[in-house]
Amino acid sequence: MGINIALAGNPNSGKTTLFNDLTGANQYTGNWPGVTVEKKAGKYKRDKAVEITDLPGVYSLSPYSPEEVVTRDFLTSGEADVVINIVDGTNLERNLYLTTQILDTDVPVVVALNMMDIVSKRGDQIDVAKLSEELGCPVVEISALKGTGIDELVDRARATAEQGRIPASEPCYAAFFEEDEEDPESAEANARYDFIAQVCEGCVKRTEAAMTTTQKIDKVVTNRVLGIPIFIAIMFVVYYFAVSLGGGIVTDWANDGISGDGWLYTGGAAYEEAVGEWEEAVAAAEEAEVSEAQLKTLAEEEPDPSSGEYGLWIPGLSPVVTEALESVDAAPWVISLVVDGIIAGVGAVIGFIPQLIILFLFLGFLEGCGYMARVAFIMDRVFRRFGLSGKSFIPMLIASGCGVPAVMATKTIENEKDRRMTIMTTTMIPCGAKLPIIALVFGALAGGDYESTWWVAPLFYFLGLAAIIVSCIMLKKLRAFAGDAAPFIMELPQYHLPTVKSVLLSMWERVKSYVVKAGTIIFLSTIVIWFLMNFGVHEGQFGLLDAEMEGYLNYSLMAGLGNALAWLFVPLGFGNWESTVTSITGLVAKENVVATVGILTQLGEVGETDPSLWEGFGLMLGGSSVAIMAFCAFNLLCAPCFAAIGTIRRQMASAKWTWAAIGYMCAFGWCTGLMIYQIGGLATGDVTFNFWTVVAFAVLAFMLFQLFRPMSRRNEGQNASAQGKLNAEGAR
Amino acid sequence: MAEEEKTLRDVPIGATVRVRGLAGEGAVRRRIMDMGLTKGTSVTVRKVAPLGDPIEVTVRGFELSLRKDEAKNVLVS
Repeated sequence: MGINIALAGNPNSGKTTLFNDLTGANQYTGNWPGVTVEKKAGKYKRDKAVEITDLPGVYSLSPYSPEEVVTRDFLTSGEADVVINIVDGTNLERNLYLTTQILDTDVPVVVALNMMDIVSKRGDQIDVAKLSEELGCPVVEISALKGTGIDELVDRARATAEQGRIPASEPCYAAFFEEDEEDPESAEANARYDFIAQVCEGCVKRTEAAMTTTQKIDKVVTNRVLGIPIFIAIMFVVYYFAVSLGGGIVTDWANDGISGDGWLYTGGAAYEEAVGEWEEAVAAAEEAEVSEAQLKTLAEEEPDPSSGEYGLWIPGLSPVVTEALESVDAAPWVISLVVDGIIAGVGAVIGFIPQLIILFLFLGFLEGCGYMARVAFIMDRVFRRFGLSGKSFIPMLIASGCGVPAVMATKTIENEKDRRMTIMTTTMIPCGAKLPIIALVFGALAGGDYESTWWVAPLFYFLGLAAIIVSCIMLKKLRAFAGDAAPFIMELPQYHLPTVKSVLLSMWERVKSYVVKAGTIIFLSTIVIWFLMNFGVHEGQFGLLDAEMEGYLNYSLMAGLGNALAWLFVPLGFGNWESTVTSITGLVAKENVVATVGILTQLGEVGETDPSLWEGFGLMLGGSSVAIMAFCAFNLLCAPCFAAIGTIRRQMASAKWTWAAIGYMCAFGWCTGLMIYQIGGLATGDVTFNFWTVVAFAVLAFMLFQLFRPMSRRNEGQNASAQGKLNAEGAR
Repeated sequence: MAEEEKTLRDVPIGATVRVRGLAGEGAVRRRIMDMGLTKGTSVTVRKVAPLGDPIEVTVRGFELSLRKDEAKNVLVS
C-alpha cells in the first residue's frame, strides 16, 4: 500500500540524517508553492510505494514564521498518512513541546527517539514504554547517525497509519491549564511545558553532569577574548581553501584544462622558468630596439607547454573539438558556435564547480558540527546595525573572491528578509574578476604610478563596503524589509562530528542545484552574448563576422545594442557605444571588460597592466578621470556577471525578487556613477553645471534622507497588520 | 510596567534565576515561550558574546542565545 510519511522535528534533532537514511540518494528538492521554504521529498529506499516528505525543522507550530506555517498547513491538510516526529533524546523537554503540538492535529503520530546512544553514554535512562503511554502514541528508539532502529520505525509508522487515530477528547496537557493566566497563548505554552516536565520526571533518570562537552568547547570557542580570533582563523582557512586554492588553481584547471587550450599536468615549474627566461629575453630585445624581424623570430620562440618538453600536456576541449570540426569541413559559424558559444558556456558553468565543492564541504562541516550558530552569536552585534544577521558575514567574505559561491552561501541564513538583503548586496564587494577592472582604472588614472595612486584599489573596496552598508540601511526602511530585526532567540546546538556522508550529501545537493538552476541561465546567456558579438551586417550582408578582422565588433549586433543604450550613460560621462558594449560584456564575466577594451581599442590581447591599453581606455572615455572613476564604479556595483545572476535566481527562487535585486544593483550603480561624474566633475571642472548635476544632487539628498530618517511609524503599523493576517491564516 | 522590574537582561553572568512572566508581544514573545522560557522555569546566564551582545543562557538543559533587547522581555525573580 502506498503511504505518505511526513518527517517533523526540531532543527538539529537529526531529521536530515534520518531523511537521508530513509531515502538514500532517492530524493528531490524544491520550494513550497508560494514560499521560499525548502521542500524535500523522496521515496523510502526499501519500498518505493512509501513517500517521505521532510518538513522544515521547527520548534513550534506557531504561525509566526513561514517554516512553521508550512509545517502546520501540511500536517492539517491531510496529505500525510502518518507523521514521524523525531525527538532528540538528549534534549527531551524542548523537543516534546513540538510533539504536544503535533498530537493536537488529527494525524497519526510515531515518535522517533533519536540520539539514544549519547543518552546512554551520559549515563541517563529513558523509560520508552512509559513515555509512549504518557504521550499516547508509539515511541521507537533509533540512532539516525548509526542507522539503527530505522526499519522498525518505518514498520511502526505503517501500522500506525493503517490503524488511523482516534483524536483524544481533550489535549494531553489539559489538566495543566492555570486559571489565573492573563492570556490564552502563554497559558497554553505553560500548560504544555508543565505537562512535559511531569512526563520527563516520570520517564527520565538523569545523572547530573558538572559540565557538558559542549559547554566546555564553548568556554573557549565563544570566549569573550578568544571568540573573535578563533572565528577569524576559521574564516581564514575557509577563505584560503575555497577562494585562493579552489578559485585559483582548481578553477584555472577547469577553465584551461577542460574548456580552454589545455593544461600542463607535470613539469609546471620548468615551464614557468622557461617562460620567465623568454620574457626577459623579449624585454631585453625591446630595450635594445632590435628590428621587427628579430622580434618576430623571438616571438616564435615562446615556450610551448604542449610540446612535450616540460611534462604531460593534455589538450582541452576547445582545440580538440575545433580540429575535429575542421576535419569534417563544418561551416565556420558552426565551429564558432560550438567552441566560442557552447564550450565557453559550459566552461563558465563548470569553472565554478571545484570552488563550490570545496566551499560547501567546509560550510557543510561547520553547519553540521554546530559552529555556524556560534558564528551568528559572535557576529550578531556588528551586522544587526545594518539590519542583517551575523551569518551575513560569511557570504560577504566569500564575495571578495567570487560572487557565485557567496550567493550560494546565503543558504545558511534562515531569516528570509535577511537572506534576500544579503543576496542583493553581497556581490557589491569587488570579486576576483573585478580586480583587473580596478587595475585598468588604476593604470588609466595615473599611468600606474603606484606612489600617487596607491589609494585607488582600497578606495574601490571601500566603495563596495560602503555600498553594502548604505544599501542595507536604505532597504531596511522599505516596506518589503521593514519591521523589527528578526528575533535572535536561537538554540546553540550541541557540538558533534557530522558524518562524512551527511557533509558529502549536503555538498552534492547544493552543487547540483547550482548546476541545474544557475547553470541553465549562465549557459543560455553566454550563447546570446556570443551571437550578439559575432553576428552582424558587414558590407551589406548579415552573417558571421570574421573575428580576425580589425574592428569587427563595429559591425556586430552588439555595437547596435551599444548605440541604442549609450544615451543611458551620457550623464555618467561615458555615453558612447564602446563603453556601453564593454559594460554589457562585463555581464558575461567581469574580466571580459578588459578583453573588450582590448578588442575595441584594437590593441588585441594585451593585459590590464599594459600602458598602451591604459591610454586607449582613457581615450575611449574621453580622457576624463572622473568619467573613468564613474565607469569603474558603475561596473563594480551594477548587475554582477551572468553566473552570479543565475545563482541569485536560484537562491531567491522567485523571478520577481531576482529582477528586484538586479534592478536595484543597476540603479544603485548608475546613481553612484552619476554622483561621481557630476559632483566630482563639478569640483575638478570636467563638467559644467547642468540638468544632470541637479539630478545628482537630488539623488545624493534622497540617499542622505533615506539614510538618516527614522524608521517610519507607518511601516511598523503595516508590519503589525501583516502579522495579524498571518496569525489569522495560521489559525484557520 | 516592566521598567522597574528585574529582567533577564539584568542578571549577572553565572547566576541562576526563575522566570516570573513575559512582557512584550507577538512573534518575539511567542518565540521566547516556545523555546521553554515559561513561568517558573529556572534559567542560568552563561555568558555574553565577545562584542557585548547577545547573551547565552541555559534553560531546560540546552543552550539558548538571545539579544539583550529580547532578554528584557523576560521578567525574573
